[in-house]
Amino acid sequence: MADFYVTIGLEVHCQLLTRTKMFCQCGTDYIGKAPNTLVCPVCMGIPGSLPVLNEKALELAIKTALAFRCEILPQVVFHRKNYFYPDLPKGYQISQYNFPVGVNGFVEFFTQGTKKRVRIKRVHVEEDAGKLIHEGLGLPPNSSGVDFNRCGIPLVEIVTEPDIHSPEEARDYLVMLRSMVRYIGASDGNMEEGSLRCDANVSVSPSPLELGTKVEVKNMNSFRSVFRALHYEIERQKRVLLEGGMVIQETRHWDEREGMTVSARGKEEAEDYRYFPDPDLLPVAIKPEDVEEIEKTLPELPLERRERFMTEYELTESEAGILTQEKDIADFFEACLREFRKPRLVCNWMLTEVLKNLNELNIDIMQSKITPGSLVELIKMVDKKEISGTIAKDILEEMFVSGGKVKEIMARKGISFITSEKELERIAREAIEKNPQSVADYLSGKEKALHFLIGQVMKMTRGQADPETVKSLLLKELSSGE
Amino acid sequence: MAIDLFQFREFRIRDYHALLRRGEISVEELLEAFLQRIGSVDGQIRAFLSLNEEGARIRAQKLDRDIPPDEFPPLWGIPVGVKDNICTEGLPTTCGSRILYNFIAPYDATVVEKLKRAGAIIVGKTNMDEFAMGSSTENSAFGPTRNPFDLRRVPGGSSGGSAAALASLETPLALGSDTGGSVRQPASFCGVVGLRPTYGRVSRYGLVSFASSLDQVGPMARNVEDCITLFEVISGSDGKDSTCAPYPPFSRQDIPKEEEIRKMKVGIPREYFSSGVDEAIVRRIEEVLDLLRREGLECVEVSLPHTDCALEAYYIVAPAEASSNLARYDGVLYGLREEGSTLQEMYCRTRTAGFGKEVKRRIILGTYSLSSGYYDDYYLKGMKVRTLVRKDFEEALQKCHFLVTPVSPCFPFFLGERTQSPYEMYLADVFTIPSAMAGIPGISINCGYENGLPIGLQILGGPFREGWVFGLALFLEKMLSLSSPFPLLPERS
Ligand SMILES: [Zn+2]
Repeated sequence: MADFYVTIGLEVHCQLLTRTKMFCQCGTDYIGKAPNTLVCPVCMGIPGSLPVLNEKALELAIKTALAFRCEILPQVVFHRKNYFYPDLPKGYQISQYNFPVGVNGFVEFFTQGTKKRVRIKRVHVEEDAGKLIHEGLGLPPNSSGVDFNRCGIPLVEIVTEPDIHSPEEARDYLVMLRSMVRYIGASDGNMEEGSLRCDANVSVSPSPLELGTKVEVKNMNSFRSVFRALHYEIERQKRVLLEGGMVIQETRHWDEREGMTVSARGKEEAEDYRYFPDPDLLPVAIKPEDVEEIEKTLPELPLERRERFMTEYELTESEAGILTQEKDIADFFEACLREFRKPRLVCNWMLTEVLKNLNELNIDIMQSKITPGSLVELIKMVDKKEISGTIAKDILEEMFVSGGKVKEIMARKGISFITSEKELERIAREAIEKNPQSVADYLSGKEKALHFLIGQVMKMTRGQADPETVKSLLLKELSSGE
Repeated sequence: MAIDLFQFREFRIRDYHALLRRGEISVEELLEAFLQRIGSVDGQIRAFLSLNEEGARIRAQKLDRDIPPDEFPPLWGIPVGVKDNICTEGLPTTCGSRILYNFIAPYDATVVEKLKRAGAIIVGKTNMDEFAMGSSTENSAFGPTRNPFDLRRVPGGSSGGSAAALASLETPLALGSDTGGSVRQPASFCGVVGLRPTYGRVSRYGLVSFASSLDQVGPMARNVEDCITLFEVISGSDGKDSTCAPYPPFSRQDIPKEEEIRKMKVGIPREYFSSGVDEAIVRRIEEVLDLLRREGLECVEVSLPHTDCALEAYYIVAPAEASSNLARYDGVLYGLREEGSTLQEMYCRTRTAGFGKEVKRRIILGTYSLSSGYYDDYYLKGMKVRTLVRKDFEEALQKCHFLVTPVSPCFPFFLGERTQSPYEMYLADVFTIPSAMAGIPGISINCGYENGLPIGLQILGGPFREGWVFGLALFLEKMLSLSSPFPLLPERS
């Protein structure tokens, strides 16, 4: 029994980027806010309060469903999902059941060098629950509190068909999903901060013709933990089967610290959510012309853009992949090309220096002060050998932090142009003439003396010269002077 | 100045306003008169669960200070009793339930905001069957209200407190809520006027939900004109309630003139005059119908064939919604909490101690009919019956302008008489439930007495036809020229 067939389905929840909550006027920017400061009778479930749909949430959900190539149903119905939990103030969650926003879609993405398609079963919209707090905030021992700031924020749930067959595919699907929801402005897709959450259904079967028993894995809070949890769960199920056992249909929680999934049995008996249409909300008719309007606002999506970058700019699959993952980066890249059509050159700068600086500063390109115009200006100057690569890198760093044009930064830092190699040759000769001892040392075989001479030239140029160029110039001078 | 309320027994809001405008009494004096009346009779009737004496006095003084120059706002200085399932900021809102015994609403219901804007004074919160589930006000966790016409009898329910307070002139106006008859049936038992508006005509924001697709706030008064005034104030669209229709408030200009009413056609649904109805009630309603014929109105017999199943469907749909609406009372955020060693235990203890028998019965009923495997056979079927009931009314109302029926098949019964038999209690609403299921408006007005007990007559109209319903109600009130109730209560010892 060597081969096992792995089947994975993913359910991803993303918080939608609306200004207000799904059914009330409360704000949604809950990160860093004191508990229960973004609440009202509606999202706290105070008796007598009623929900009123935030149409922006529905619009973003439809946009998401369209990006995932779903059919948009002509009528959207909100259902109540009934269960008891302290983070759920009404005793039910307003969600969707048999009339979601979209059904029967698909998404394509690159995984392990090939393009893969995963079918999307449904896209629906629902409200988020509150958050339990077990310590701090002056809570007495052995008690818990509930923070309802998050409660009522709209979520879009994207459910795949069981079309994923390895943890790698799952990870690449998630990367594409996040990229897409960010592209269309539906969600910031931040898994660490909880604005993107993922549950997985995993089964392992000895036969490709039938599915194994499905196990639901929850509580994964980074892409890495999804990858690790799936890997663990697949190996666990294989082991159970190899030992002649049976996989039990259950929910398991991923324990990040222990690196294993743990059965959540007993916690949830077979739940019956008693779904029924929420009588407080009327069904919403979705007009085809409204769908068309929303469709018009869809940007070029990451995969299409990646493929276009490969053909139009002759980039490799991986280069195009990195450049198109974030819409802002891809937009920035193309803005540069509009001013300076050398894709190869700009791509190299983007993939190395630009991304490196963003990583070091831990910011998005939109948060940085750099503009396509200033980057192009810089690349052009290097291209014309007006400044050295080293200097250019210094200037670039400055651009990220304080912004400004290349010449402004040069003036501020006291950097002048090296107009020609002739000028540098003159300086190199001067250094040789002024330091006969070092020349003698070098000629007698002391390599260190060359470094001293390079240092002198750098000093005389106030660091504006490229050390490599200086070195080759010095070597040329020294050999001709023999 | 001591005011003898007896002189107010036939008063309408316009009469109070005339006194106020002439400066014969102040708003504060008017309020004191009603507070005194409450003080002297409510110990026996128990219509109020809580009084807002302090707040009401402060407000009355304020109104006296800024008396408007000419036209009074519609409810200027008029005391209003509010059913205790309608949120009133800073006042208790218990829904007649132990589980909300300490709940102070943090906001005003839209209807309460509108009352305040119209110059009304919230005098107190009226008793009700727990969460509006019942037809006698005996399901209140805080004790029953008694019928002012006979203290041994029930005032009806669930808005029994509001109806009894009006009948005994503890307040000239009151709000009730009607899910399956909870405004009309107590209005009938207490001889006052109560309207169930078209579903969506009045905002539900701030009305604590029992069955969301059926609940409506209803105006209650001692005469039709005041009921119209109150309805004008509370009706109209509300951005806080998605189920509230996007129409402006009701206007009495939509009420047909007497001559037009005489040309209209009255439908008599034969199912509402069947064997289960008390003979005296049938006799009285038929006398009234004869009177209408004599006045020139054409009366036609119509049929509402799904009347019988309407009651059964109601007891599927309403409890199903209630089971979900009442899930929030879990002891976590507000109301009663009974501690437990686990979360589950806290939930169980809290809800066991907090809910009464009838509420528990309906939660269990509703939970069952929504459960997977039963949903199609119960909830879905209930909704289908509801559609049939609605069609019944649509068809019947094509043959006439309105329907005239009894409100209740029986007279006010004795306290405790039906508490042991829920089904018998449910039958008290058999003529009010179908129209609630159809979402159409209905009014209950007094049409006479038998052995000192009032008989209610119901007028039903098509959706948003409150104008016609009021038109006939005004016409009948005038024709019958019955005096407004003022039961003489035994002196307290
Ligand atoms: Zn809110």
